[in-house]
Amino acid sequence: MEHIISVLVENKFGVLARVAGLFSARGYNIESLSVAPTLDPTTSMITIVTVGDDRIIEQIMKQLNKVVEVLKVIDLTETHYLDRETALIKVHTKPEHRDEAIRLAEIFRAKIVDSSANTYTIEITGDVDKVEAMINMLKPLGIKDLVRTGRIAISRETTRTASPRREPALLKT
Amino acid sequence: MKLTGAEIFCESLRREGVKTIFGLPGGVVLKIFDVLCQQKDLDLVLTRHEQGAAHMAEGYAKATGRAGVVLVTSGPGMTNIVTGLADAYMDSVPLVAFTGQVSTDLIGNDAFQEADNVGISRPCTKHNVLVKDVNELAQTIKEAFYIATSGRPGPVLVDIPKDVSTSKAEFKYPEKVNLRGYNPTVGGNKNQIRQAAEEILKAEKPIIYVGGGAVFSDAGQEICELAEITQIPVTMTLMGLGSFPGNHPLSLGMLGMHGGYWTNMAMHHADLLIAVGARFDDRVTGKLSEFCPEARVVHIDIDPTSIKKTFHAHIPIVGDVKAVLRQLNVILRSLDGNSVQIAAQRKPWIQQIEEWKRAHPLAYKQDDKVIKPQFVIEKLYNLTKHEAIVATDVGQHQMFAAQYFKGSRPRTWLTSGGLGTMGFGFPAAIGAQVAFPDRQVVCITSEGSFQMNLQELVVAAERKLPVKIVLLNNGVHGMVRQWQDLFYEGRYSASILGTLPDFVKLADAYGIPGLRAVRPAEVESVLKDGLKQKGPVLMDIHTDPYENCYPMIPAGGAQHEMMLEDPPELKVAKKGGAHKRKVDEGEGVLPA
Repeated sequence: MEHIISVLVENKFGVLARVAGLFSARGYNIESLSVAPTLDPTTSMITIVTVGDDRIIEQIMKQLNKVVEVLKVIDLTETHYLDRETALIKVHTKPEHRDEAIRLAEIFRAKIVDSSANTYTIEITGDVDKVEAMINMLKPLGIKDLVRTGRIAISRETTRTASPRREPALLKT
Repeated sequence: MKLTGAEIFCESLRREGVKTIFGLPGGVVLKIFDVLCQQKDLDLVLTRHEQGAAHMAEGYAKATGRAGVVLVTSGPGMTNIVTGLADAYMDSVPLVAFTGQVSTDLIGNDAFQEADNVGISRPCTKHNVLVKDVNELAQTIKEAFYIATSGRPGPVLVDIPKDVSTSKAEFKYPEKVNLRGYNPTVGGNKNQIRQAAEEILKAEKPIIYVGGGAVFSDAGQEICELAEITQIPVTMTLMGLGSFPGNHPLSLGMLGMHGGYWTNMAMHHADLLIAVGARFDDRVTGKLSEFCPEARVVHIDIDPTSIKKTFHAHIPIVGDVKAVLRQLNVILRSLDGNSVQIAAQRKPWIQQIEEWKRAHPLAYKQDDKVIKPQFVIEKLYNLTKHEAIVATDVGQHQMFAAQYFKGSRPRTWLTSGGLGTMGFGFPAAIGAQVAFPDRQVVCITSEGSFQMNLQELVVAAERKLPVKIVLLNNGVHGMVRQWQDLFYEGRYSASILGTLPDFVKLADAYGIPGLRAVRPAEVESVLKDGLKQKGPVLMDIHTDPYENCYPMIPAGGAQHEMMLEDPPELKVAKKGGAHKRKVDEGEGVLPA
């Protein structure tokens, strides 16, 4: 099963390598990974999407917690959460395809952020299904280039306090 | 007052109570070595290879419980200690390794003797740090020692660039560490401990399974108490040996691949397993799906990742083994003080184990021409009065030593378990002897393992360290040859060491007396002679190259399906000569 794990880490040299190395050394999967500083500049949030059965996920959580610079590990899939991904998609736009590209961008509430004689670059943000759907719709037009941020996620505040499915955080004490 | 990085290094080590450093100099650590040689109270043991330094520090740490300290240069200096770091990481040995690094302005430029020290060591250290600013050096050293020795111990590497050791900073040794993300759990969960106590009182066929965690936690006494209050037999892993006296009536000795028949049978039939600082390694469990099929499992470990990693636990208790066992013993005493009743309740189980033991005790067939390795270990065990610190290498001799040398005290059994590092034993023995110059230290090794770090003979000679090397020389990589006999139809691919040095002459070249035994009748006198000498001695004892180590759980086999002796076809081959010839073809298998 797919899990989204938020890992709050100290913003120090080599921490990302340590976290990523842990996954590769123990044969765990990383489906996607994103890193950026938090409000507190001394910490960063790493969001990892991974796949594994309960035993593997339990090990991943424990192993992450064991890393000295890791401050907090949360398996968001254990709670209610929001996840988003952004993609920048550069599509070929022959004159007869331009209307179609604009229409698709409107349907998906995406934005055309750059254009050239032969291409549009479309920015789309949404959950993973939406981004994938957009990409599939644009494929017939010809996708020239594509980058995705990987997923980021955050817990939903209201439902989380109301009825968490389980203890959401594995906090370091 | 401002101090240079090198001075801060020495001063910080002093504050950590360090007296001994194992290392070897090189370009980028010259400043540190320069300051070091001016410190009267910091002793540098100059090794002849960095790997030797790492294993000596491990031996020192295992014997004392304090962090072993290594100091080596950048590049090859660092890469040479990687095996030692990986070994220490697997066996939870507290080490602090200081490596030199090229100047910060050169890092990343492929400078002379540059290596990515933190990158290389990341997967084989508990933690590692590149110190980029001399102002952070003292704090980093403080934290390195704290991390290495607390929680589940392990190696920590501190990488010091040349300019950091030469530039100056105000020195103030920090009072405490400041690690937001590191705070190991010590006391176990009270409810869980109470539940464990209830399980223990209910159990009819319980067994205590002790690993290396008990040694590092100094829980020997608590384990004794637990076993004696509840009359539960105790088995130990290779790493746990010594944590419970091997000659105690409740001791079952070592379990696992080469554990006793009665021990593995007891594990297989147990209804409660109390795992103490052990990690259910594959050499212990054999085939996991058939491991301890009837047992409820209480698992006490300071490392949460050890729990439920390979095997389930019904009652997981995260905490320091010593602290948890103390709490557990208090509860057990309060719940049931009737020792007579407990002894009666336990009797059938103990009797059953005794029966297994009578049916298949540890045994070997004594020979009047060829020396059996087991015989040597037994003799050594008796001659050292069970008191010696024993360091072993890896292979058959290690397993024979684990079976026949029934150590009675924690921290007297130094061996490489997890990584299985041939070449570990001799430097580890030196490390232990440096820590305890007045105690008897014996290195049980073999010609294969010994040759991997024999350059350190000169350290024993130079410092007159009275390490006694008992070299079981059978001319083959014994464990490899055993597997080839059992599973590869006797094709001895690269297991016969055709040409061997004359170890007595080799020792002599280092100024160390060498003794040799080639017949069983000579063993006792050689051992006696060697053990009583004041300085280091090498005893080259020629043992049977055909001897196999049993019992044995074949790889992937279930724990109760042990081989107890050579299979019939192998016996025939040994007698018939084809097998014998193959071994003998290697010239100098038994140089007289």
